[in-house]
Amino acid sequence: MSTKQFLFSGFGGQGILFAGKFIAYKGLMDGKNVSWLPSYGPEMRGGTASCGVIVGDETVGSPIVSRPDVLVAMNLPSLDKYESSVAPGGIIFVDSTLVSRSVNRTDVTVYPVPATQMASDNGTPTLANMILVGKILKVLNDFDEDSVRTALGKVISAKRADMLEINLNTMKLGADY
Amino acid sequence: MVVFDKPHALTDAPMHYCPGCTHGIVHRLVAEVIDELGIEGKTIGVAPVGCSVMAYNYFACDMIEAAHGRAPAVATGVKRADPENHVVFTYQGDGDLASIGMAETVHAAARNENITVIFINNAIYGMTGGQMAPTSLPGQVTQTSPYGRDTNHCGFPIKVCELLSELDGPEYLTRVTVNSVKNIKTAKAAIKKAFQNQIDGKGFSLVEVLSSCPTNWGMTPQKALEWIDEKMIPYYPLGVYKDRSAAKEETK
Amino acid sequence: MITVSDKVLMKGNEAIAEAAIIAGCRHYFGYPITPQTEVAAYMAKRMPKIGGCFLQAESEIAAINMVYGVASTGKRVMTSSSSPGISLKGEGLSYLAGSDLPALVVNVQRGGPGLGGIQPSQSDYFQATRAGGHGDFKMIVLAPASVQEMAELTVKGFDLADKYRMTTMLLADGTMGQMMEPVALNELKVGAPVEKPWATTGTKLEREHNIVNSLFLDPAALEQTNFERFDRYKTIEENETMYEEYLMDDADIAIAAFGIAARVSKNAIDEARKDGIKVGMIRPITLWPFPVVPFRKAADQVKAMISVELSMGQMIEDVRLATECKVPVTLCNRVGGMIPSPEQVLESIRTAAAKIGGAN
Repeated sequence: MSTKQFLFSGFGGQGILFAGKFIAYKGLMDGKNVSWLPSYGPEMRGGTASCGVIVGDETVGSPIVSRPDVLVAMNLPSLDKYESSVAPGGIIFVDSTLVSRSVNRTDVTVYPVPATQMASDNGTPTLANMILVGKILKVLNDFDEDSVRTALGKVISAKRADMLEINLNTMKLGADY
Repeated sequence: MVVFDKPHALTDAPMHYCPGCTHGIVHRLVAEVIDELGIEGKTIGVAPVGCSVMAYNYFACDMIEAAHGRAPAVATGVKRADPENHVVFTYQGDGDLASIGMAETVHAAARNENITVIFINNAIYGMTGGQMAPTSLPGQVTQTSPYGRDTNHCGFPIKVCELLSELDGPEYLTRVTVNSVKNIKTAKAAIKKAFQNQIDGKGFSLVEVLSSCPTNWGMTPQKALEWIDEKMIPYYPLGVYKDRSAAKEETK
Repeated sequence: MITVSDKVLMKGNEAIAEAAIIAGCRHYFGYPITPQTEVAAYMAKRMPKIGGCFLQAESEIAAINMVYGVASTGKRVMTSSSSPGISLKGEGLSYLAGSDLPALVVNVQRGGPGLGGIQPSQSDYFQATRAGGHGDFKMIVLAPASVQEMAELTVKGFDLADKYRMTTMLLADGTMGQMMEPVALNELKVGAPVEKPWATTGTKLEREHNIVNSLFLDPAALEQTNFERFDRYKTIEENETMYEEYLMDDADIAIAAFGIAARVSKNAIDEARKDGIKVGMIRPITLWPFPVVPFRKAADQVKAMISVELSMGQMIEDVRLATECKVPVTLCNRVGGMIPSPEQVLESIRTAAAKIGGAN
């Protein structure tokens, strides 16, 4: 992988920033250069949240993700807003439980994953984000369990260590979908 | 035999105050208290903007000159820099403390900031030549209220002790004056208590001193002292407005 | 904090706060304002645990004056804010300068004027480098372009402030404050402590009283303090200027950019180089003192310059002054919280290249 730009987007509360942070940490653990830039301000309260993550071998120039290689759209407004920005040949991951329409772009690869439904069925309704993260890593051929576990250890506080296995297993669900 | 000497906590610098101004008396009282409590070496004073702007030249302890109205905030920083070893006081006039610096005053009091505030209320802006102060009396003629303070137009004077006494924060609020020997003695006792409170860690102590400004009031020094009795005290009654520790003692 | 082979992933605002603590700062005063509030939140959490003092002030004005109070006692102290709050601190900045007090002030800029917006901006450049408050004075102004630099320049800022008895302003922007990048905190180097015999810490009856003061009613005396202060500024200009050059060796075109604008410009330069356009960049790290020398040198080498800014064109004036207008300088900008895209910068580079008839 040279440099990849990720854009995570959805409602505030869906774990958008956390998902991005995990990808950034995983990159850092793998010895890559990384940056993570969130949207901030009042639009995050109940509205759209997004964060851009850049992972690459070279020093990160602009941290602003305007042409993502990977878009994760966890709600319809996010897909509407960012679909057109995805780089040709890029990948779009959609939470198909919440996004009713299909992706219009034909020059990208699309993975619809009913993440919210799967997370709910799994008894982990707050981890739809990690279902998608699992799928992303699988598609990018980057789902190395050791490395995933280490990165999770960095984003989950020691006080909530029990959450690590739960997150990991949820990610596996996504990876295997 | 020396019967009257300069307090150690005052420097030899000649004061610039007008004849009959009571700043000199209050400076002396503060310095005597510092001497008596033996705290000069650890005291840091914060001077205001106003007539007492150059108080830093007169007190022998370390001194800081603050921006207009900001002395309580500056004092907060100085105190918090070393709460155990710094005794911090501000010396502020009415424009400084009750107009431009009202927010800093109220919040320092609300935080029960462990500092001592000496508040000179002479109902006028002295340094700039006699303009209306937040404490100028209704009807009082000043350069910027030439027809007398019209409360319909520019509102009413601010009674600082009364105002602050509504807050839960402050430890000690009292109003004194220095227009007679008897009153000077009371004032000194209040100032001493305000410093002692800080040493005892009790918190925000403010002594409001009704003072005279013969120059800008357009009176002889003698007449100015009488004016405090006749005009100021009826509007600004002397007395203790809050004394938390004493109140606690009483309820025991 | 999370360590990954000595690196931690931190927000720029958090990096400032942690670096300040590493630099020995134990006093922070501030007032909430987006997009820098993480600095205050971090301090509120950490300071009580290390015997420090975090105090939320009643206003920006009170905060800067609390800074003034601690600075008077010689201890390291800081405040942080964003553009509208920095305007309120202007009074205090002037007094700090007039009283020759060291302090670190952070401005995580947002769009203006007025209440403006909360998205990134660089439109406080003039305020920081020219008119932080009334009177003749300067602040050392540091412009980080990465989270690592947010940390490094915070430490450096304290050292410089102490060394020269003046305010250092860390001039960042909303992007720098909000973004996370890896930071190596163990690489931070704190300078040796500076003696402060002028500090008001109590005479202990062992010396004459110290006075921290900016009032000089005698104009000749006041003039003298200004002369002495500006002599010190000259020393700083000669010794403390910092900048970074990128691909300038063979450049026909030079971009001038700092902070986030430099990050965006780097992408554009890399693209332009692929097209054979010889473009490089001079990135000022100190905005005051402005790195005049590399620009003067570049003026004899390049045929065009482009100032990339998140403002209506502020640093461009310093570029023109430094180059004595020997080469044309154009502006490539966005304002109001918008950030120039690499494509926009690339377009400016191509336009400049076409004009000078350089590479296609």
